[in-house]
Amino acid sequence: MTSTPMPAPTPSNPVAPAGQAPTDDGLQQGSLIQPGTRTGETMIAIDNVSKWYGDFQVLTNCTTSVSKGEVVVVCGPSGSGKSTLIKTVNALEPFQKGQITVAGTKVLDKSTNLPKLRSRVGMVFQHFELFPHLTITDNLTIAQRKVLKRSGEDAKKRGLDLLARVGLSAHAHKFPGQLSGGQQQRVAIARALAMNPVVMLFDEPTSALDPEMVGEVLDVMVELAKEGMTMMVVTHEMGFARKVADRVIFMDRGEIVEDAQKEDFFGKPRSERAQTFLSKILQH
Amino acid sequence: MLSNFDFSVIVSSLPYLFGQGMVFTVSLTAMAAGMGIVLGTLIAMARLSGVPGLKHIAKVYVELMRSLPLVLVIFWFYFLVPYIGAYVTGASNPIQVGAFPSALITFTLFEAAYFSEIMRAGIQSIPKGQTAAASALGMNYWQAMQNVVLPQAFRNMLPLLLTQTIVLFQDTSLVYVLSLTDFLGAASKVAQRDGRLVEMYLFAAVVYFAICLTASFLVRRLQARVAIIR
Repeated sequence: MTSTPMPAPTPSNPVAPAGQAPTDDGLQQGSLIQPGTRTGETMIAIDNVSKWYGDFQVLTNCTTSVSKGEVVVVCGPSGSGKSTLIKTVNALEPFQKGQITVAGTKVLDKSTNLPKLRSRVGMVFQHFELFPHLTITDNLTIAQRKVLKRSGEDAKKRGLDLLARVGLSAHAHKFPGQLSGGQQQRVAIARALAMNPVVMLFDEPTSALDPEMVGEVLDVMVELAKEGMTMMVVTHEMGFARKVADRVIFMDRGEIVEDAQKEDFFGKPRSERAQTFLSKILQH
Repeated sequence: MLSNFDFSVIVSSLPYLFGQGMVFTVSLTAMAAGMGIVLGTLIAMARLSGVPGLKHIAKVYVELMRSLPLVLVIFWFYFLVPYIGAYVTGASNPIQVGAFPSALITFTLFEAAYFSEIMRAGIQSIPKGQTAAASALGMNYWQAMQNVVLPQAFRNMLPLLLTQTIVLFQDTSLVYVLSLTDFLGAASKVAQRDGRLVEMYLFAAVVYFAICLTASFLVRRLQARVAIIR
């Protein structure tokens, strides 16, 4: 699908390729993440979703989908509803109309076990949201132990494996406050991956970072995309979109204005609003 | 000028003052604080829950307790608890509760109102993103509270909780209205018996002052140690 050349992994980021030693502890076999095979199976189906805050409509009839192994970048001006849209996928933001289906499970359904659904959907936040009272190791293991009921040993093994993959093994015993923003965000990605998610959501993962730290986080995300993780990414990093996205969704005023293959989006955006946005964001 | 005073009465009554009086005061304080914090946390969670009935009951409870003088509450519970107990168990006569359990229940329920206000502020001080992250990892309400919100709220509020406990330590002297003998009560008894009022009340004041000052100092030290690195 994508024909961009592989970037050389930076020494600080030895993200091991897929195909780690198989585990016999009931965890994911083989690769540490779900190996992506592009079967065309729909992982996220967003169907005609609308959302209001009181009288103010923040999302208007949004419809799109993400297939297994696909990387979809959502962009748009601030206040366009892109963060709100991605948060409706795991129902962190409720919505009033439409339906979202994640890996076959309806989000807006009384019979749906939301905590269970969310445990299979990894989410990375703008402000990292690591738990500041817990060590990095505990941050990586707590949900595995409490939600997935893994043993402390299994959880720690998986947590530390993933910490190594984001290049932060030396920091396992530290607290989040002792790490830089970029390092915290890499831990947050590892924390989400520890749950063996079937899909990863990124809500402006680099917006709160100092410029020099954006690269290290994007590198991890690029590796993840190459391993076939299904990803939905809200970001302004058009370099990232060009490198790994399959599709780009452009939102404005709560609507999906453009939903196109990456080449089409960057080559010849159809809508005027997308053209204006692109020219602004690509100017510098 | 001090020649008329006899401070030896203090030395001779030390075993009684501390062995009986202070042990009572400290155990009542510790038990009431422990149970009060647990109950207060539950009340705070109820108040912050979106559940209409629960929210309002918790609010009325806290406002009621905070508007009543402690002595009045102590009296009320001392006379009420036996009847409530009889009603609950279905007994025909008021059940014997005893002065100490009655005092413990009273202080727990009364302090819980104050502790709940502290814990409410503590819970509200945790950023929404933390609960969102806990939810996104698949934790339910109780798991998120237990593992993410309350540990942080508790740590942030520990100095206030302990300061409130120091106040409770002083307030326990009000058990004299139930004829219970706490530290102050013990000092008072000796004072009356030996006619050494000034000596004993001075001594009691010095002891309360020393303990509370030391405790406040330790709280400040502890505050620095448990602070979450941000």
